[in-house]
Amino acid sequence: MERIPPMTAVPLAVEMRGIVKRFPGVLANDQADFDLRRGEIHALLGENGAGKTTLMSMLAGLYKPDAGTIRLRDETVSFRSPRDAIARGLGMIHQHFTLIGPQTVTENILLGMDEPRFLLKLRDYDRSMAELGERFGLQITPTAKIWQLSVGEQQRVEILKMLYRGVNVLIMDEPTAVLAPQEVEELFKTLRAMAGEGKSIVFISHKLQEVMAIADRVTVLRQGRVTAPGILPAATTKEDLARLMVGRPVLFAVDRKPVHPGEVVLELDRVCADNDRGLPALQRVSLTVRSGEIVGVAGVAGNGQREMADVITGLRRCTEGRIRVHGEEVTNRPALRMIQIGVSHIPEDRTHVGTAPNLSLTDNLIMKTYREPPLAKGFTLDHKAARRKSVSLKAEYAIQAPNVEVPTRQLSGGNLQRVILARELSLKPRLLIAMQPTRGLDVGAIEGVQRLLLDQRDAGAAILMVSEELEEILALSDRIVVMYEGEIVGEVQERDPALIGMMMTGGKRAPSEGRAA
Amino acid sequence: MTTPPLDGPRPKGRLRWPFTLRIETRLDSPRGLATWVSIGAIGVALLLGALVLRLVGGDPWQAYGHIARAAFGDLGVFSDTLVKATPLILVGLACSVAFRMKLWNIGAEGQFYMGALGASVVILSGLVPESASRPVTLTVMLLAGMLFGALWGLIPGWLRARLQVNEIITTLMMNYIAIAFVNFFVFGVWSEGGFQMTATFQRSAWFPRLSDFADQWPGLRGLTTHFGLVLGVIASAIVWFLLYRSRWGYEIRLVGDNPKAAEYAGVNITRNTILVMMVSGALAGVAGMSEISGVVHRLQTAISPGYGFTGIIIAWLAKLNPIMVVPVSILFGGLILAGREIQPAGVPRLIQGIILFMLIASEVLLRYRIRLVRVAAEG
Repeated sequence: MERIPPMTAVPLAVEMRGIVKRFPGVLANDQADFDLRRGEIHALLGENGAGKTTLMSMLAGLYKPDAGTIRLRDETVSFRSPRDAIARGLGMIHQHFTLIGPQTVTENILLGMDEPRFLLKLRDYDRSMAELGERFGLQITPTAKIWQLSVGEQQRVEILKMLYRGVNVLIMDEPTAVLAPQEVEELFKTLRAMAGEGKSIVFISHKLQEVMAIADRVTVLRQGRVTAPGILPAATTKEDLARLMVGRPVLFAVDRKPVHPGEVVLELDRVCADNDRGLPALQRVSLTVRSGEIVGVAGVAGNGQREMADVITGLRRCTEGRIRVHGEEVTNRPALRMIQIGVSHIPEDRTHVGTAPNLSLTDNLIMKTYREPPLAKGFTLDHKAARRKSVSLKAEYAIQAPNVEVPTRQLSGGNLQRVILARELSLKPRLLIAMQPTRGLDVGAIEGVQRLLLDQRDAGAAILMVSEELEEILALSDRIVVMYEGEIVGEVQERDPALIGMMMTGGKRAPSEGRAA
Repeated sequence: MTTPPLDGPRPKGRLRWPFTLRIETRLDSPRGLATWVSIGAIGVALLLGALVLRLVGGDPWQAYGHIARAAFGDLGVFSDTLVKATPLILVGLACSVAFRMKLWNIGAEGQFYMGALGASVVILSGLVPESASRPVTLTVMLLAGMLFGALWGLIPGWLRARLQVNEIITTLMMNYIAIAFVNFFVFGVWSEGGFQMTATFQRSAWFPRLSDFADQWPGLRGLTTHFGLVLGVIASAIVWFLLYRSRWGYEIRLVGDNPKAAEYAGVNITRNTILVMMVSGALAGVAGMSEISGVVHRLQTAISPGYGFTGIIIAWLAKLNPIMVVPVSILFGGLILAGREIQPAGVPRLIQGIILFMLIASEVLLRYRIRLVRVAAEG
């Protein structure tokens, strides 16, 4: 098929035409077109479930399209496997990294390669890894073990892995989801350096801000179809892109009624705790949350937020300090006690903590209420009452599932979050610990979740919200504190993202001695 | 497991098989799929067994026919099959309860022996006088069997809950301790005239058998099925109710599927671990008691031809469903009984092994869809 090159003379690296991919009951991609020029950063924008990852997985050899063609520099190709795709210079970095913890950076990069053959001669390879990293501005210590690295550094290893395999087209699936603002800047620099060397990058995202900042062109997907083919970010606005993604105008500012904080609900007094490896993770954290207010905790993941939530909800031992809820001393009380006094918890990890994936939707929705009537009848569990409850929660929180018997592993991330929200918010909590309440959700869903949190606040709940999304912290919080390396480094009066960003990475402490009190 | 095959491009121009297998993650699970996959797995296992029989020169269809007749052919042999099935139901339930919580209790064999010991102690020590009525004697024996089995489950349960000691190792090792412990009594303390068995218990310590009622109903003459079967069926109903209709069962299923989520829901995992191991041990103990009271009527060596281990297979075959444990146990009871007709050891064990193997392998089909794709269509 002869094709006239588009306006510019930049040669196409990849051309996908009329791609269709079906999964049982779902049309993931419907006649999707996509093209990628050499040396460009092309953002693929869309809500969760819009088919972004599926479309790119076909390019990376993970799936085969049911219809449509993929052309690589004017040659039609069909990949049998990711290895096949990498051999043709197409590599994809997934959201969940595929690295081996106890091995070094170099070993991880060499894994699966034909060279070295038998003798490892790791030192020589260490050197070439470092050189390759330097060329693209990827700072890395080749001899470091993976488990010692931060998430941002692990991502650099993934990128190096692809560069070492000589890919010309790098697909990155939501690469910024796990990064701190400063790390995002670093990543963008790397991506620009790679584009400068003629490599093409597909940047999958649902974050408008970032897409506007990094992309040369943007393709928008909605429900498997392309709603905007390769448009220039300069020629559009955030609002327009959001409309193309969601199919309706999106309000960016959540309207927040003025606060009327009531009495103190949660009080942390110089609380210390260890992480899973037994190392100190929380260092003398003091904090109060009043009823009717949202206290936002900004910080890069892994700075003690999870440990703080665990300590408050009774899932982790507090090694020093005191915790009070409604004036009652609850330090190191069991998780059950915390549930009984009205502490709800939206955990960070939905599949590993928040739900039991092989149990039914009903079983997951009654996790916190099965001990009391009407569900509990003496020793037994009233099945019909449980079912009624889950049917009504499913409707109220718009959980999309064929019925209440499906195991929750079959639900999408957004729906899973709704299951957790339905369960936790329907308890009418006096204190809500919300960890990353909107992570991984799409624009439309985020709005709904934020609305729910504000409703809880207005109903008088005290909310401690941990989020990595600065925008979210700024939009929802009545007060903002910043955590860094297990400490609260300060409460921020002025809502300045740059300042908060600095504090999040340890660059700066709060201007005043204003410890949150 | 990655979704696509990991082989690279193949050299062209050579003749090759025109189809290729593709394994895709299953996103839906149709109703009844699990049942059909299990039935299919058993079918494939029987075919493989037939192949082996053929290769060693036997006639597989004749062998299978013989097995079927020897196990289910008439009322008499079917009654014997039920006798074999009785302990299997109880140990199958014991394994199902523990496996539900992902506690790998492979010590049902030892708990079986301890249950038998417990039931014997109350008789041989004279705790229950010979003059005691049958219901009293049997109830005390049953409770003693449950207690001994539960205690044998408590030890690995406590070690697991408090000290994170791997229960697979402890339960396995404790099997040997239990068997040796029982042998100590059988060979020494209670040895009857130097034989490896104790004195026969008084009649009031025997479970009623069908043949006991032959006076009223002559058709029951010679049928050895005993009251233990009723116990097994009742136990399977109770275990089903516990697992699916009680709050405690909900906690077990929650811990089994995701301990982190259970902890987060406020479930006490330590207590439940110990409790489940005790319940599991108690059920296996009942099996031991039932075998003593219903079949051998005394304590002796080798009262179990590995029932405790067969219980593991039964639990898996029944997909940990307490109700399904009953028919599966009857199937296996038949296999054990008829197996003896053919060969004391080889073939029946072989078939059991192949069935378990096929069953575990067939799990893949529940999670993945395997499609045959034309290579030409691949491009």
